[in-house]
Order: sequence, then C-alpha cells, then structure tokens
Amino acid sequence: MAAVVALSSLLEGRQVWRGREAPAPAGDQPTGWKALDAILPAGGWPDAALSEILLPVDGVGELQLVLPTLARLTQGKRSVVIVAPPYVPCVAGWRQRGVNMRRVEIVAAADKDVLWATEQCLRSGSCSAVLVWPHQADDRALRRLQVAADTGKALALAFRDRRHLSNASPAALRLELEATPRAQIWVRKCRGGNTPSQPVPLSRHVH
Amino acid sequence: MWACLLLPHLALDGILRRRPVDGPLALVDGPVNARTVVAVNDAARAAGLHVGQRLTAAHALLAQFDAVPYDPDGVEKWHRFLAAVAYRYSSEVCLLPHAIVLEVSKSMGLFGPWPRLEAMLRADLEELGFRHRIAAAPTPHAAYILAGVSDGLAVLTRDTLINALRRVPIQKSRLPASASSLPGMGVRTLGQLLALPRDGLRRRFGSFRPPDVFDLRIELVHEVENLAMLVFPVRRMTGDLAAYLAGRDGGVQRFLMRLEHRDDRHTDVVVGLLAAERDPAMLFEFARGRLEHVTLTEPVLALRLVARDLPAFVPAGRDLFDERPAHALPFEQLRERLRARLGDGTVYGLGSTTDPRPERAQQIGASTDVAIEAHPRPTWLLERPIPLRGHEPLILSGPERLETGWWDDGEVCRDYYVVETSLGQHAWAFCPPGEQTGWMIHGWFA
Repeated sequence: MAAVVALSSLLEGRQVWRGREAPAPAGDQPTGWKALDAILPAGGWPDAALSEILLPVDGVGELQLVLPTLARLTQGKRSVVIVAPPYVPCVAGWRQRGVNMRRVEIVAAADKDVLWATEQCLRSGSCSAVLVWPHQADDRALRRLQVAADTGKALALAFRDRRHLSNASPAALRLELEATPRAQIWVRKCRGGNTPSQPVPLSRHVH
Repeated sequence: MWACLLLPHLALDGILRRRPVDGPLALVDGPVNARTVVAVNDAARAAGLHVGQRLTAAHALLAQFDAVPYDPDGVEKWHRFLAAVAYRYSSEVCLLPHAIVLEVSKSMGLFGPWPRLEAMLRADLEELGFRHRIAAAPTPHAAYILAGVSDGLAVLTRDTLINALRRVPIQKSRLPASASSLPGMGVRTLGQLLALPRDGLRRRFGSFRPPDVFDLRIELVHEVENLAMLVFPVRRMTGDLAAYLAGRDGGVQRFLMRLEHRDDRHTDVVVGLLAAERDPAMLFEFARGRLEHVTLTEPVLALRLVARDLPAFVPAGRDLFDERPAHALPFEQLRERLRARLGDGTVYGLGSTTDPRPERAQQIGASTDVAIEAHPRPTWLLERPIPLRGHEPLILSGPERLETGWWDDGEVCRDYYVVETSLGQHAWAFCPPGEQTGWMIHGWFA
C-alpha cells in the first residue's frame, strides 16, 4: 500500500462503479400471452428495446409467440417491418391471427445489409416493431440495434439460433423456445428483474 | 457604373515581370508526356509558336526557347494581387476569370470623371507590367463582356448598353457552355438572342440547377504517407460539400472518399450516415472517424470526394396527435432510403388474392379485403414445397383437399394436413389425394 486513497475522491472522480438496483422498467407492450406477461418485469416486452428469441430450429412457434403483439401493433399508425425473413410470410395465416397486413412491410436484404436496414428502420421512428433474422450479429451489432430501438421507440425482435445463448447479449430480454418434449418458453435474461426459474408453456393451437 | 479590367495575359505577364526575357518564352501545361503550349510571348509567336501546340512540335520549330510550366497558384496569386491594387479605387471589387470588376460610380466623385479614372487604372497596370483591356458599363457582367469585345469602351446608360450588347457575337458573350450551339441555329449576336421568346429558350436550354452529384478532387502538394496529414484537405472538402448541400437545400446520406495512389491504385473509404446530414462539423467528424480505421499501404497523391446519395431534409410539419416519437422519419422516406441502398422492389407489402392455390393466394401489393381463410393456414410459406425427411410425422389435423386450377395449367390436387415433425416443428404438409405418404412441406406454423 503506497498511499491511502479516500473513497470519496475515487467516487467523485467516477473511477469506481457503484452497483445499485436498476429501476424496474414500466412498459405497455404486453406479449398477449398472459402467463408470460405475468413473469416478465415490464409486464410484457421491454418497450423501445431489443428482445432476442432463441430457437432450436425454425417452425417451433416463434411467430406464434409474437403474432398477438403484431396484431395489436398493426392496428396503430406505425408499420411493422420484417427484415430478411427466412421464409415468405403467409398472408392468410397472419390474417387469421388478426394482423393487419396493410401495416406490414417486408424488406429483402442481403446478409451484409440486414443489420444496416434493421437499424435504419428502428431508428426512423416510423416503425412500431422490427423483426429481424440476423446471421452475422455480434455483441457490437446487437448493441447498435438496442440503441436504435431506444432512439426510434420501437420494439426490436431478433430471432437467432439457440447456440448464441452462451454468448452475452445486450438485449433487454432473451427468450428461449423449446419444442421437445413440449413447447415452452424460458426467460433467459430480463432487465429489471430476476430471471424466472420455471418455463412458461406455449400452447400450440393451430387456429 | 462598373469597370472591368480584363487581363488576357495574366499568366505570362506574371512570369515576365519576375524574370524579363528577350528571347522566346512559352508557358506549358498538361501531363508530362503530352505537354501543350498555353501562352507565348511576342518573340515566340514570331517564331511560329502558338497556343494549343504540342511542346514537341514547338521544339521542332524552335530549338532554343524557355518553356516555363504553367502555375495556376501563381496566376491566382497575381489575380488577387491586382484585385488588391484595384481596391484602391473602389470598395467593391470582384474576381472573374481573367478579369477584375469594380464599382466606380462612387469613386468618380473622388478621382474625377471616368476618362481620368480609366487613365489612372491603365497607368497602374502599365507600371506593374500587366497587359489589359478596360471597359465600363452599368452592370458588372456587361462591363466584362464589353472588355472582351474592345478596349476602352465606356457605356454610361442602360439604353446605350442594350445597343452596345446587340452587336456582340455569341462567341464573345461569356454565356454558359451550352450557348455554343446557338451560332449553329443562326443566332450569331446577343441582339438576335435577346429578340427570341424566353419560354422557348428556357425549354431548350433549361434554367440553371446545381448538379445532382458532388464530385471534388484535390491533388496534394506532397505525397502523403501519414493519415494525420490528410485531415486538413478532408476538412476543406467536407466544408465544400456542406456548402454545396446548403445551396441545394439537401443533405447527404452516404459519400465516398477515394485516396488515390500511384498507377491508378486507390483506397476507397465509404462514409454512410444514419440520417441525412449537412452540418460541416458533423460531416468532417464522420469522415475523419472512417479515415482513422484505414491503414495506408502506400502514399496518397490525391483525394477525391464523391457524394451521389443526396436525400432531402426531413420536413418539420407533423400531426399534433402523432403517436410516433419526435424527429420521426416518415415511412416513405425510410422506404426511399432502404431502396436507395438495397435496390428497387426490396421493400414491399403482401396481400391476399382470391386464388385458393397457396402459391397464388398472395402477392405483392394485393388487396387485403379478401375474406379470411376458414381452414388452418401456416405463418411461413415455403416458396417451393420440400420433401419431409426422417420419421413419419404426427398428423395433428386434416385433410383439407385443394383441387383446383384446371383452367390455367396450374392444376393442383392435394390433401393438406397439419403435422408435427420429430423435432417438434409444426408443418403444413400435403400428399397426393387419399394417400398419407410422400409428404411435401409447404409451410411452417412457426
């Protein structure tokens, strides 16, 4: 110990980070799934933030999870944008679930442009939600999306493979979908609350 | 009342006054292997040298003469110097190509009538060694034109000015380059041009609009190997870009900085912005930020800045009860921005058609007023059905028979089922009517 440094001087110099409880984010973006809303700190999607949905494989209910939200948002004035979807959205199926297709815009983008297009849409402020299937997203890219979602007050929903679960992510919410032995949703990270220890069942009614 | 001092031999006079030579002298310019003569003195002209001649041809005509490289910076310096001299006579002095114009009506009160002022100007230029032509007219541009036509002309009133201008040939009218086609149309003097209807002229030649592409190139004085040395030229270029954008009331979304090396090699630095900007400080910051990531492998000889993506600025007017956040970009502008980079037809909406075949049940831009389908439909549609591999699927619901399209060669006869794969995926799959084998997946209930 060469010299004793007063703690207050370190704090004033902003050299020491002081942990404190993050305020619980209040949001009004219910997912439409009552059991899920009940365990999420914001009572739904974290508003104006990035949420990640991690899947084992396509077609396990990932759209079913977000379609109630899209049905609600497409009744408003702002558009929902789908950036580089892996398949064509089936209009008949989306309409059966209450989505107003007039407010849905699809953006076709090559892999290298996906993140750019997503960020533009999020930041513009004219989109209520942006769905994206990024292939080349690293921590920095996701952080940019998070900032853009905050700037444009939009929901950013990123669908990624489950193998990314082990990597840290700046997303405010991370949900993992499990298909077998039964369909259920794990909350893997949620800002502003403790991660629930139990999964929420996802009922896969067809219609 | 404006006076114009036309300096037809500015470059040569600037050289001659520094080093008086009696022998032939020529100013040469152009690339090293194709130098051409741009100005000659009397002795050189007498020997047959003329402007526009190749230097090699000039050497063939005359064995001994001084070939001095043309120095645009030097010319600029003399031009400004003479403007400073003219400032003695007027507080309003402007520079035009090869000429200086000055407002003289106030000066005449101090220096006497025009002939006297003209004599003083001539004496000054004579003394300094610059050949010149002087004219005076009620507007600066008219004085500029008249000085090009004849020396010593002074037109004092607007009526006589029109008469004087009428006789000026188009070639000497200093109109923009597009006017060079006028003599071919039989319009040979300004008088004939002024007599033409204005509407027709505007339709043929257009009114002036700034170009839609900004392209600026600066040659560096030295070869630059250190990026820090590029900061000043870059600041100047982004400043020019900002001035150009302010002039056309637009912004820039994306621009390219090209660092030119030897032998036509170059390094491109693309600066893409999230929103259209035109603030010089921001443009400079962005450009410098991108430059910092570049590793220079060879020296830079010249810098070029090209901006093609010049979107309009965001209009401020908005609905009072708009639910979008402040500074929101209208969706139309967002669409434009996406299309500008991704291509036409990359941003689209989908709607339903009345065709029951899944392949044709939806299309870009179709209406959404069609009745909602009663049978289960997936959320993802595969563009082409793919065979289901692996274990036999578990049938969740079905069949729904689609048998249609016999009228347009797109006949479809399938039994559709909702099935669950071994991985837990719910699929929309079909097989031939009546069978439950040969499954083809056509969509996912994702």
